[in-house]
Amino acid sequence: MSTTEQSESQPSPTTATAANPTPTTAPARFWDRQRRLGVGVVLIGLIATVVFGPLAPSKTARFTLSEDAAGAALSINGQLGTILFGLVAVVAGGVLLAGLARRFQTTVLSLGILGFVLSFLCWQVAGKFLPLVDTASGTLQLAVPLVLGALAGVLGERSGVVNVAIEGQFLMGAFGAALVGTMATSVWLGLFSAAIGGVLIAAILAVLAIRYLVDQVVVGIVLNLLALGMTGFLYERLMQTDAQSYNQPPRMPEWRIPGLADIPVVGPVLFDTNLLVWLALILVFVIHFALTRTRWGLRTRAVGEHPTAADTVGIRVRGLRYLNVLLGGVIAGAGGAYFTLVATGSFNKNMTAGAGFIALAALIFGRWTPFGALGAALFFGFAQKLATYLSVAGSSVPSQFLNMLPYLATIIAVAGLVGRVRAPAADGQPYIKS
Amino acid sequence: MTTDEPAGTPREPADEPAAEPAAAISLQDKPAAPTAGEKPDNGDSFMSVFLRNLWSANTVTVTVLSVLLAMVIGAILIIVSDPAVLDTFSYLTARPGDALNASWTVVSNAYADLFKGAIIDPAAVTAWANGTGTWRQVVFPISETLTYAAPLVFTGLSVALAFRGGLFNIGGQGQAVVGTICAALAGFLLPLPPVIHLIAALAAGLLGGALWGFVPGILKARTGAHEVIVTIMLNYTANLFLSWLILQKGIQQSGRSDAISEPVDSSAQLPAVGGEVRVNLGIVLAVLVTAAVAWLLNRSAFGFELRAVGANPPAARTAGISVARTYTLLMVTAGGLAGLGGATQVLGTAHALTTQVAGNIGFDGLLVALLGRNRPWGTLAAAILFGALRAGGNRMQSFSSISLELVTVLQALIVIFIAAPALVKAIFHLRAARSARLGASMAKGW
Repeated sequence: MSTTEQSESQPSPTTATAANPTPTTAPARFWDRQRRLGVGVVLIGLIATVVFGPLAPSKTARFTLSEDAAGAALSINGQLGTILFGLVAVVAGGVLLAGLARRFQTTVLSLGILGFVLSFLCWQVAGKFLPLVDTASGTLQLAVPLVLGALAGVLGERSGVVNVAIEGQFLMGAFGAALVGTMATSVWLGLFSAAIGGVLIAAILAVLAIRYLVDQVVVGIVLNLLALGMTGFLYERLMQTDAQSYNQPPRMPEWRIPGLADIPVVGPVLFDTNLLVWLALILVFVIHFALTRTRWGLRTRAVGEHPTAADTVGIRVRGLRYLNVLLGGVIAGAGGAYFTLVATGSFNKNMTAGAGFIALAALIFGRWTPFGALGAALFFGFAQKLATYLSVAGSSVPSQFLNMLPYLATIIAVAGLVGRVRAPAADGQPYIKS
Repeated sequence: MTTDEPAGTPREPADEPAAEPAAAISLQDKPAAPTAGEKPDNGDSFMSVFLRNLWSANTVTVTVLSVLLAMVIGAILIIVSDPAVLDTFSYLTARPGDALNASWTVVSNAYADLFKGAIIDPAAVTAWANGTGTWRQVVFPISETLTYAAPLVFTGLSVALAFRGGLFNIGGQGQAVVGTICAALAGFLLPLPPVIHLIAALAAGLLGGALWGFVPGILKARTGAHEVIVTIMLNYTANLFLSWLILQKGIQQSGRSDAISEPVDSSAQLPAVGGEVRVNLGIVLAVLVTAAVAWLLNRSAFGFELRAVGANPPAARTAGISVARTYTLLMVTAGGLAGLGGATQVLGTAHALTTQVAGNIGFDGLLVALLGRNRPWGTLAAAILFGALRAGGNRMQSFSSISLELVTVLQALIVIFIAAPALVKAIFHLRAARSARLGASMAKGW
């Protein structure tokens, strides 16, 4: 069953090209991936130029470096900027389409997408101002739990255990942090118990998936519901009746690194913030390094791609999987602590509201790599931040559609419309020693 | 807490891999005859065979024990979250009777309310016999159970059908949400005469769900995109779309500033018994659709194809079945079923769109399908059990002040135990079943 399924989900290249819904139906050889991308980028560029351009009011769009409307700012005429950046996207798409710059495909593609985003921003900000520092900082803050959740997923899935229970680990982490943090009046004990909460869910996932061979997606979904019910139940029984003694954890302190925090824009965003932000960023580097450069990383990847081969050379497949899933639980639990100890300061029923699934999307969109996950999380965080900015600014673009962006981007990525994401080969398959 | 137990219990290492990899989906759809399936050989009496099989890991025993285990864990949760009862535990060694009595009272009251709210309340029956109550009060619990069960039957069937074809439809939630949207829009925008209006609204819900199921189906068939990822993402997309749509002019109820739509016309609502008895035509529809799905699965050509594809896609392809076409059609059908579930919800009980109109029926449908072992009639029974838990949970919340969330915990626990029969087997030292059909795991990744 498992092997057949795998070959099913990875069809041969011929079917993939024939099936790719490209805007044109020319011979497959000419319309390779780069040209198809080119068509897409030209199209979004044209949309930016032709649709956004006339809609944009001819007022000044100010991207301020300080918090208020005054002070230093990058200014541009809204309509001019919209059309200009739209044209940048069109040109980038044209370069891809013409088959030039094959070696710099990623750069040109990023340039095209960046042009589109900037064009959109010029349209929306025209006549108003967008505080850059606040936007960057908000993006990073929103991305922190996503990064941690996605890293938990990276650990599990690179060793072959699908983790759909990130949402449940977030919830348990957030709940544990609020409960213990309040009872012990200590942020650090709260953070510690958040990790314990995450590990709890991870342990059930690991035992059921690795030892009892239950379908990992099923376990993940059910564990999400279990965590939702469990935290909701205890919230209503304990926290709602006596919030004072159960649901008022101390907030995580913001630390300012003298010197570095004075750097414009980057300083206040990166060096005047809380521990979890640094933890998330450092973990990205650590896990990337560990996965690619250490013995543990090599073994993890081997177990995730070909457990039988790994077992043959003496790697303990199940043991490594247990270790990685539990480590992931620690990280996702800490990510859950972000919601109570940093973002809001109290626990609420179902407060993560699907953030665990956005983290899952970041994991997949980031192609199961730490830096990919970081990039995807920042992109999703930016979309969320922009959505709140636009709804506050009274934009004509509904914030809900911007919030759909992470999900739609992930669908496009897995469908192979833009590039192709591939899961570790043994992801989700229990290992049965024969 | 009980989840740690198997680690401590002794178990034979040999039996564990043997019980598990049993084919999850077999082409045979005979329910594993739980007790009387085996002929009493070598002169054993019927009773001894019955008793021996009773304590083996067959479907019925595992299900009953799973429910029991979940209730036990639920009871522990009730006790540890009750400060008054916990206080009596502080002097447990001095007067153990106090702690036990207090625990017993709070737990038994809670579960008694669960029963009274779900099945029948003896007080209401006596009141009716004495002439002080009405028959409506007597059937009220059953009515609530069936009301909550109806949408779950549809979403459960949606998941179960997809499972049998080897697809994991996590998108029941999104498909149900789109179903509610389409059904409600047809319900208050189309000016149609009574019966036709209802049919049109149901059809709209069906089509909406089918459309939302078509996307992962076609992507799976054409590009190999894993349906689990696509459907998870589509769930949230549908929710966000609903929360946008509901605030638009002409959709939002006039004179309201909160997120609620115009109410569905009475001509498009599912007719209910009336009064406090909320049960409506939805449950009848659910039974009919269950029969239809059972026929589709076991008797139709498409059902044969989808079971063949579910069992072994390459073999099915070799036999001339178009796997891509089957996947697409299967997801469309599954989506349509979930969409009908959403339509039942909005036309039967909610009557207007809110952001939470579909509740959790999609994800609950997943649990229902697992509990029903992906068989149509099993799914119906599981949905009724879940409906009963939900209806009883309401009463438990208002009478024993025990949060409704306990029901979610119970439901999740039941399904965890069902999904891991080896766990239940280890806890209770059950014998291996003769018919090893309990390996409910599909064991595949993405």
